[in-house]
Amino acid sequence: MVLKKAGLFPIVLAILLLWHLVTAALNVPEFMFPRPLSVAGALWEMLKNGELYRNSVSSLFRVTVGFYLAVVTAIPMGLLIGRQRCLRTILNPLVQFLRPISPLAWIPMALMWFGIGDKPAIFLIFLSSFFPLVVFTTSSVLNIRTTYLRVAENFGLKGFKVYMKVILPAALPEIITALRITLGTAWLVIVAAEMIAVKSGLGYLIIDARNSLRMDMVVAGMVVIGTVGLILDYMVRLLERMPSVEWSRMRR
Amino acid sequence: MNKIEVRGLKKSYIERRTKKRFFSQCRPQEDCKVLDGLTFSIPSGTFACFIGPSGCGKSTMFRIVSGFERPSEGSVLIDGQEVTGPSNRHVCVFQEDGLFPWLTARQNIAMGTEGLKGQQAREEVEEYLELVGLSGFGDHYPHELSGGMRRRAEVARALITNPDILFMDEPFGALDFVTRLQMREEMVNVHQMFDMTILFITHDIDEALQLGDRIIMLSDRPAKVAWDMEIHEPHPRDLSAGDLRQIRKEIYHKMGLHVAL
Repeated sequence: MVLKKAGLFPIVLAILLLWHLVTAALNVPEFMFPRPLSVAGALWEMLKNGELYRNSVSSLFRVTVGFYLAVVTAIPMGLLIGRQRCLRTILNPLVQFLRPISPLAWIPMALMWFGIGDKPAIFLIFLSSFFPLVVFTTSSVLNIRTTYLRVAENFGLKGFKVYMKVILPAALPEIITALRITLGTAWLVIVAAEMIAVKSGLGYLIIDARNSLRMDMVVAGMVVIGTVGLILDYMVRLLERMPSVEWSRMRR
Repeated sequence: MNKIEVRGLKKSYIERRTKKRFFSQCRPQEDCKVLDGLTFSIPSGTFACFIGPSGCGKSTMFRIVSGFERPSEGSVLIDGQEVTGPSNRHVCVFQEDGLFPWLTARQNIAMGTEGLKGQQAREEVEEYLELVGLSGFGDHYPHELSGGMRRRAEVARALITNPDILFMDEPFGALDFVTRLQMREEMVNVHQMFDMTILFITHDIDEALQLGDRIIMLSDRPAKVAWDMEIHEPHPRDLSAGDLRQIRKEIYHKMGLHVAL
């Protein structure tokens, strides 16, 4: 209770303090594990010269485009696969097979197909979100209560209308959870994707800092990645509070 | 003319062979018979109640008669036409909550007004909200309503389509006792206000006695019609009155229950 009231700030402060004390006490050299103050210094430096802003924006741009492409293709596809048994039989093995392949394994192909620049990174983000989203959407459609489908049938809803009025809204709470998870993975993958083939982004920032042995900048980059990740997650979580989605949390 | 005619309805499910069954002595692919030649007919405007021991196949019969499942043998005729699928002329109220939880009560009820123009539809929805005592709750989502209110909204959604037949599968089974009594009263009113046939499944013998113009009792699985009787008692009914008490006694007896009344 007390902890909850006090909020996040003291906890963050305590962690920073502990970090400082441990690194100072053990006398860890800066290039192995930089101290919080030098990280803060690096952050300030990159904030001032605009590096931080520029790289965050290019990472976010790639994630947004790749993730958005995945959402608009994977969700309709998942809805269809969930509904049509024959599609499920045909496509499910393929999707299930491709899903556990790390998007990073696609890097060589991505470079061959899309060359250098934003495109291969966007493609990797797309892949990292697409397959899990298809699988999650399919299973959320399969989880829809039969009663709802029967009611739809009873009221004479057919074809496209069934999807828009019943299947999508009924599956939506689970789909939103899937969006949270996949957006998280997309953000994980972007860093790796940006370590190749591009000259911008937070992943590039980290690799570039390492090449010049600026470990304080590396950790500063990590801090930014973590913070942006939290903000992204928070934004998707806002969707869960929409009144037409809230019911799934109320049921339990 | 009979509204609903059910002839020699049979339904059996082929049990899936599971691993256990594979090693056990059971004959594989044994049919699981649920309905064994149900035959009855219900005249237009009847409030027909179906009772029977739990697991006897009442819900299976419900799904077949309302068109959601095909029988293995036999046929269901509504207005002389063979039933081949669900229709919006025959609306169901299911055992579980059938309201769409992502729509408000008002939006749920409005589902039944397809084909009506905007203003007219809105007025009709308000009318039906009021009819079931939910005016003021139109903007609530189902999870914000009590169990009884949800049932009322569902009945309103069915009624607004002005159906010929209302199918109800243990609609009040999950409600508390007092709410159930209230719903019984309201169902009597509904039946008197609307000219429709109601097929009502229940496990509550008193509910059947209070509501039904006709009580059809099903036997244990595989289900047959064990007893089919008409009740001419006017509403509101006093269940402790002589005739109904006698009928209840008989039902208890036929169900093999030996409880004092």
